[in-house]
Amino acid sequence: MSIADSTATVERRGTSSPLYKIFKGLIAGLFSITLTMVGLLFVTFIIARVMPVDPVLAVVGDRASQEIYEAAYKAMGLDQPLYVQFLLFLKQVAMGDFGMSTLTARPVIEDVARVFPATLELATLATIAGVGLGVPMGVLAAVNEGRWPDQLIRLVGLFGYSMPIFWFGLMGLLIFYGILGWVGGPGRIDIYYEDIVPVVSGMILIDSLLAGEIEIFWNAVSHIILPASILGYYSIAYISRMTRSFMLEQFSQEYITTARVKGVSEASVIWRHALPNVMIPLITVIALSYATLLEGSVLTEIIFSWPGLGNYITNALLSADMNAVMGGTVVVGAIFVGLNLFSDFMYKVVDPRAR
Amino acid sequence: MQFKRSLLSLALAASVAMPISGTIISEAGAATPPNMLIIADRIDDLISLDPQEMFEISGTDMANNIYDRLVELNPADLSKGYEPGLAESWEISEDGKTFTFKMREGIKFHSGNTVTAKDAEYSIRRVIGLNKTPSFILTQFGFTPENMSETIKAIDENTFQITTDKKYAPSFVLNCFTSVVASIVDSEVVKSNEVDGDWGNGWLKTSSAGSGAFKLQNWKPNESYSLTAVPGYWRGDVAMKRVIVRHVLESASQRLMLEKGDVDIARHLSPEDVASISTNEDLKVEDTLRGRLMYVSFNQKDKALSHPKVTEALKYLVDYKGMTGSFLQGQWTIQQAFLPQTFMGELKDTPYALNIEKAKALLDEAGYSDGFDVEFIVRNSTERVEIAQSLQNTFGQAGVRVSITQGTGKQILGRYRARDFQVYVGEWGPDYPDPHTNADTFANNPDNRDEAKLIGKVAWRNSYAAKDLTTLTDLAVQESDREKRARMYVQAQKTFQKEAPIAIMFQKVDQSSMRANVTGFNPGGAIASAFYWPVKK
Repeated sequence: MSIADSTATVERRGTSSPLYKIFKGLIAGLFSITLTMVGLLFVTFIIARVMPVDPVLAVVGDRASQEIYEAAYKAMGLDQPLYVQFLLFLKQVAMGDFGMSTLTARPVIEDVARVFPATLELATLATIAGVGLGVPMGVLAAVNEGRWPDQLIRLVGLFGYSMPIFWFGLMGLLIFYGILGWVGGPGRIDIYYEDIVPVVSGMILIDSLLAGEIEIFWNAVSHIILPASILGYYSIAYISRMTRSFMLEQFSQEYITTARVKGVSEASVIWRHALPNVMIPLITVIALSYATLLEGSVLTEIIFSWPGLGNYITNALLSADMNAVMGGTVVVGAIFVGLNLFSDFMYKVVDPRAR
Repeated sequence: MQFKRSLLSLALAASVAMPISGTIISEAGAATPPNMLIIADRIDDLISLDPQEMFEISGTDMANNIYDRLVELNPADLSKGYEPGLAESWEISEDGKTFTFKMREGIKFHSGNTVTAKDAEYSIRRVIGLNKTPSFILTQFGFTPENMSETIKAIDENTFQITTDKKYAPSFVLNCFTSVVASIVDSEVVKSNEVDGDWGNGWLKTSSAGSGAFKLQNWKPNESYSLTAVPGYWRGDVAMKRVIVRHVLESASQRLMLEKGDVDIARHLSPEDVASISTNEDLKVEDTLRGRLMYVSFNQKDKALSHPKVTEALKYLVDYKGMTGSFLQGQWTIQQAFLPQTFMGELKDTPYALNIEKAKALLDEAGYSDGFDVEFIVRNSTERVEIAQSLQNTFGQAGVRVSITQGTGKQILGRYRARDFQVYVGEWGPDYPDPHTNADTFANNPDNRDEAKLIGKVAWRNSYAAKDLTTLTDLAVQESDREKRARMYVQAQKTFQKEAPIAIMFQKVDQSSMRANVTGFNPGGAIASAFYWPVKK
C-alpha cells in the first residue's frame, strides 16, 4: 500500500467514526427541522395575510375612527412590507418570543401553555384507547378475514369513519349527559369547581390528584370520558383498519407459510412472527394519529367547550391574530417533528435491523 | 367564527333526535350552589378587561359589575335614566359647560383605598390619554390630551369638575358618563402598574381595579371568567358570592347544561332551543328589548336609489311581519325608528308594512315601472342572509331584481365604509345610552363629500345628506330641557322615516333562559350591560 493510499484510508476512517456520524446526523436533523419550521411559518404567514379578515378591525372594532384605526395599524407593524414583517417575526421567534396575542392580551407562549395541556390530556386518553383496542381488533379481523368478526370490526370501523364527529358529540352529550346523566357536561369540570385546583401541569386529572382533590378528580374524569371516547373511537377505527391491512400483508409472506409448515402454533405465528413485523408501519400510523389529535379537534372542542389548542388556533386564525396563529403553528409543527423523531427512535427499539 | 357556527347549525340539523330531549331529560339535575351564579355565555369577543379600552358586549357585561361610575343606571328601573352614583350630586354652571360633581363619601375600592375625586380625575383623563376605541364617547365634549389638565380636574378630595367645549344638553353629558368607558378606576393601584406611560393599560387589560359589587378572580380567554363578591357593596346586598361565566359556543350544549341544572342562566339559545324549553316548568325565558337595530340602506350615489319615490317604495317592499313571524321569531321585533324602544325620545310608530301594489305605483311614479337591477351586500351571517333573501323575494315581486353578494366582515364593511355599494343589509347598536348616539350616526351628516370620510356615520356611508335633520339633531343635543329634547328626537325620527334612504326594520330581543328560581337578572335592556349583583335565587 502506498503512502497516499494509507492516508486516504485514515481519512475515510476519520469521516466514518461514530462521533462524526452522530454529529453529521445531528446537523442534518437540525437543518431539516429548521427548514421545516421556517417553511411552515412562511406558508402560515402568507395564508393569514391573504385571509379576508382585517386584523386591525378585529382589535379596534368597526366603530373606531380613522385615526385610531391607523394608530393600531402602525402599532401592529402592518405598515411594514410583508417580508420585513416576516423577518421581524422570525427574529423574535428565534429569541423564544412569539409576541402578544391581540385576542387575549397575553403572551402567546402563556396562552399555548394554558390550552395545550387540555388537548394533550384528551388526545393521550383517546390514543391509549385507540391503541389498546384498535390493535387487537385489527389483529382479530385479519386472523378472521372474511368471517363475521372481521365483518363486524370493519363495520364498526366504517361507521366511525363515516359519521361526522359533531353528530357523535351532540348525540353523546344528549344520551350520556342529558338523558342518562352518566357523564359530566361540556367543559373540563363542573363550573363551580373552577379555580380551586392550583395549576401545575395544566392537566386537570393530574393537578387534581396532586392537590389531593379526589372529588374534583372524579368530576374531571366524568367530563373527559365522553370526548375522549369519541375521539378514541375515531382512533380505534383508523388503527384497527391499518393493523388489519398490515397483518394481512404479513400473512401472505413466505416466512409465515414456512412457520406454519414447520408446525409453529397459530398464536405464535400471529403474536411472535407477524405482529412484530407490522410494528414499524404501525408505529408511524399511531404517531400520526396521535399528532393529529394533538393538533386539537376543533369540532369536539367546540361541542364539549374544551379549551384546547385546536379551538385556540381556529379562533386566532378567524380573528387574524397573527402572533397566536404562528405560535400555535410552531407548536403543531414541533409536535409532528417530535413524533417523527420518536417514531424513528421506536423503529430502532422494535427492529434490530434499523439500528 | 361564522364558519364554526354554520358547521354547528348543520350539526344541529343533523341531530334529528334533539327535539325529543326536552321531554326526556331528567329534570332533577344537580343544582348549582345557592350563593353562586353560573352563566353559559359566548365570551370569545372579550379581548381586554380595561374599562377604558373595551367595547365588546361580554367585556362591558363584566365591567358593569366590577366598576362604578359617577352617574349610574338603576337595574330595577332602567327607564328612569341616570341617577347619582359615585357622585352623590352635581351642579351645572349657568353657561351649561361646567359640571361639578360632589363625590359620595366612604366608598372603598377593592384594594381598600378610598374613592376620591382624584380617582375620577385620573380615570376620565385616562380615557382621553389612552385614546382607545370607546374614547369618542367622552372626546366628543372637546376633551383633548392638551386641555385635559384644565377641563378634567379634581378641585379637592371630594369635588370633581369637567368643562365641555360648548354647551350640551346635561342629559346628553350625564348619559355618556353612565357608559362603561367612564368607569372610575383605583388610580393608586393602576398608577403603580404603569409601564412607559401606558396608563397601566398593559396591566389592566387582564386585571381589575374597581369599586363595584365584584372583583375579578380569574379570566381564562375563550374559556371562562369568575368574579368574587366584595362585602358591603354600597348599592345593596349582593346575594351571589361568586359569579362564573363560561364560554359555551354551542346553543345545544348551553341548553343541555341549563336543563341539567349545571348553569343558572343560558344567554345564547337558538330560537329552536328556546321553543323546546318553554314547556319545562323548571326553566323560564325572559325577553328584554336590546339596543341593536337591523336595517337596510340605499346608497344615494345610485341614480335609481336616490329617487325619493324609489326609497319610499322599497320601504313598502319589506315583509316586516313575515320575517318576525318566521325565522326571526322571538329574536327580533318590528321597529322602524332610529332610536331603539326604551330610549329617551323613542318612537313606536310603524308606518310601513308590506304592500306590493303601493310599491309598484310608487316605482311607476318614479319612472321605474319595469323595475331595475340592484346588488345587496351582506355579511355572511345566517340571520342577515335570510333577511336579504326575504327582501330579494319581495323586491322581486315589484320588479326590482336583486343579486346578493355575501362576504366576510372585512369585505362587506370595507365596501360599505368606502361607499362602494348599492344596498346594504346590516345591524347597528347604540354606543352609549343617549339618543344622540343613533341620531348622530343615522340622521347627522355635516359633510357629505367623499373626502370628508365620516366613516363612523351611517348617513355618510349611504351618501345621505340629511340636511334638515343634521340641524335638528345638532340642536337637540344642546337642549337643556329633557322633555323638549325627547320631543325633538321624536320629530327627527318622523322626518327620518319619511325621507331617509335607510329603512330601520327590527330591534333585537334578548331571550335569557334561566332556572325558574333565578330572579333579578337584568341583561341591561337597550341602554346598558348585564347586572349580576341584584340576582337572587
